[in-house]
Amino acid sequence: MSGAAEPAADTPRVLVFSTINISDPGIDLAGSRHLEYPATVQTMAVPCSSGLKPSWLVHALESGFEGVFVASDGEECAYLPDCAERTAAIIDRAQAMMSERGIPAQRLKMAALCSVCAEPFANYMREFSATLTRLRTPVPVG
Amino acid sequence: MSQETPEPKAAPQQRRIGVYICHCGGNISDYVDVAAVREALKDEPGVVVSESPVFACSDGTQHDMIDDIRAQNLDGLVVASCSPKLHQVTFRNVAKRADLNQYAYTQVNVREQDSWAHPHDRAGATEKAIGLVRAGVAKTRLSDPLEPLRIETVPRALVVGGGIAGLRAAIGLADVGIQAVVVERESRLGGWVGRFGPTFPDEASGAEEVAGLVEQIKARRDITVYTNAELTGKSGTFGNYAAQLTLHRDGSDKQLTVDVGSIIVATGFDSYAPDEGEFGYGIDGVVTLPEFKELVDAAPAGTLSYRGRPVRSIAYVYCVGSRQEAPGNEYCSKYCCTATIHASMLVSKLDPGIRQYHLHRDIRAYGRNELLYNESRDRGSIYLKFPDDTPPSVQKEASGGLSVTVTDLLTESRELTLPVDLVVLVTGMVPRENSDLVQVLKLPVGSDGFFNEIHPKLRPVETVVDGVMIAGCCQSPRTVGESVAAGLAAVAQSAALLKKGFAELEPLVARVDPEKCVGSGECLTSCPYDAITSIEWDGRQVATVDPATCKGCGGCVPVCGSDAIDLLGYTDAQMRAAIEEMIATDVPVKEPVG
Repeated sequence: MSGAAEPAADTPRVLVFSTINISDPGIDLAGSRHLEYPATVQTMAVPCSSGLKPSWLVHALESGFEGVFVASDGEECAYLPDCAERTAAIIDRAQAMMSERGIPAQRLKMAALCSVCAEPFANYMREFSATLTRLRTPVPVG
Repeated sequence: MSQETPEPKAAPQQRRIGVYICHCGGNISDYVDVAAVREALKDEPGVVVSESPVFACSDGTQHDMIDDIRAQNLDGLVVASCSPKLHQVTFRNVAKRADLNQYAYTQVNVREQDSWAHPHDRAGATEKAIGLVRAGVAKTRLSDPLEPLRIETVPRALVVGGGIAGLRAAIGLADVGIQAVVVERESRLGGWVGRFGPTFPDEASGAEEVAGLVEQIKARRDITVYTNAELTGKSGTFGNYAAQLTLHRDGSDKQLTVDVGSIIVATGFDSYAPDEGEFGYGIDGVVTLPEFKELVDAAPAGTLSYRGRPVRSIAYVYCVGSRQEAPGNEYCSKYCCTATIHASMLVSKLDPGIRQYHLHRDIRAYGRNELLYNESRDRGSIYLKFPDDTPPSVQKEASGGLSVTVTDLLTESRELTLPVDLVVLVTGMVPRENSDLVQVLKLPVGSDGFFNEIHPKLRPVETVVDGVMIAGCCQSPRTVGESVAAGLAAVAQSAALLKKGFAELEPLVARVDPEKCVGSGECLTSCPYDAITSIEWDGRQVATVDPATCKGCGGCVPVCGSDAIDLLGYTDAQMRAAIEEMIATDVPVKEPVG
């Protein structure tokens, strides 16, 4: 192996939910431009982030993903004018379920990502991975 | 509408799936150990073929896949290659050619979202690919055999709006054999363009161009026009909508229903209306760009006057109401710079002695319009650039005249006061108030208030509402030529939808399991397209989804408190299985030697 990327074993596993028409093309573009982000980030595309079940997000975290990132359409959603609000409500419901299970809320993140938001995506992934790594360190008591 | 009932699928573990991991030349295999992925997949439950072709999309490999599907009796296909945007259709067609259900095909993106993004982490990229392909196999294992929804279509289109884009679209529709029905809210046709004389870039009179179109329409039996009319209701489904028209006649309303296959919305724009006092608006002698254009068009040769007073000098203040910070109009209307330059040229032709000052932030006379800008300077127009944060101010002088004070950036930000007879506020376009129409057609409205297309480059006139298209300035500010081009694009799109006599829709829509549905009604209001209704089933009320109206967004899925709704292709079982397979990668990946 060559280059500066961290070994996969040390990097948090992240599941990204993207949207077929808006954010997934943005993630494609990050690859087309060879903007590197950790290979432990995997993406699953759905038509619209408002169609995500909170239980799927929690299921991903309970199955072994350290973080879940919802790359939503924001204001650009072609289906639902209130998509941002709907997706935010789904995140709220998922975080309430996480709280019941003792999973820190920071392990679920949502951001709007446009179809050409290649650099923001790569940055989000690097930052989110760093946040998840910090969450591994126990907070000293007292 | 019809949907065939396909063969029942096999149990997940008994599926016979073919997996093909593409090298893409070296685009994938240079960074991902394709052989390791192939080996990791070959013992997955349900996988009976695991191959790694050099180019999955090549003709030869496509034939090999078809041979495998037939010889091995495959009932599922997974190709791990580039983005589905590039080749999903290609491999769905491979499935179809081999008599395999095309929705038993899953494309896994291991190029844009793997090899190209992790060129320095071969082990990580390989492990990621294994997880992604396993997830794809999991989705295929649980896939339902689906058939596209077949819809019979009516060879007639409704055009909403009788401006130049709508009128030209109506003629275009008739030319390709689709009957056109035009509804115009106003009593006269032609919209904004019909009010004006010469317009850029060819000096043709807008009023005469509209009159020419109206003459053509009168001579056509396949175009019907209703003025003083509105679209007030829509029922049915794409390809065969029943459009309810309300005709305002002699103080009473008449209702009319027209069956149409598609609807082209070309409702135009409104001109920005400045507030009282905004750049002096309201003072005698301060006018907007459309008001000024009508004044110039009506002027007799050799002179320009305003309310009986001769006009010897004019100041144009650009970007009024445009390019403002939110909550103002943040966008540029892009036509107004050239329209103003063109109007000033008309003025100089009326009387070359009239002094003309153009006070601007930037001049956006793009493309060939740049030549018009140069010509206007040659004819004596003076252009002064002011800073964004120091706009000009307009005053009424005690003498009765007007003056404009401006900071001229290019002469060391000197403040100049220009005495003028007329001030023209160069106003842009704003979205027209159309809330009733938005409600009737479920049109998607962007944050700027204009209607939204599906994709600004690749699907520029289609909306998410099947068969409903947008064209012209209802979509965004644009020039006459650009509006007409969009109208004709909507004609071409209508022809593509309607000329075959039938259309096929994606069957990846929401489905309610009536056994699980408790009839709470929570989902009924969650769909802005009214695709969900309540029906009686087994002696109780349950929800049901009309597949032809459903857009396939899945927005109703998380709303259901009893988990009774699934989006086909993204069912609860498929999503959970895909998540589990993605994380479960535990295959050791060998580092390349050397």
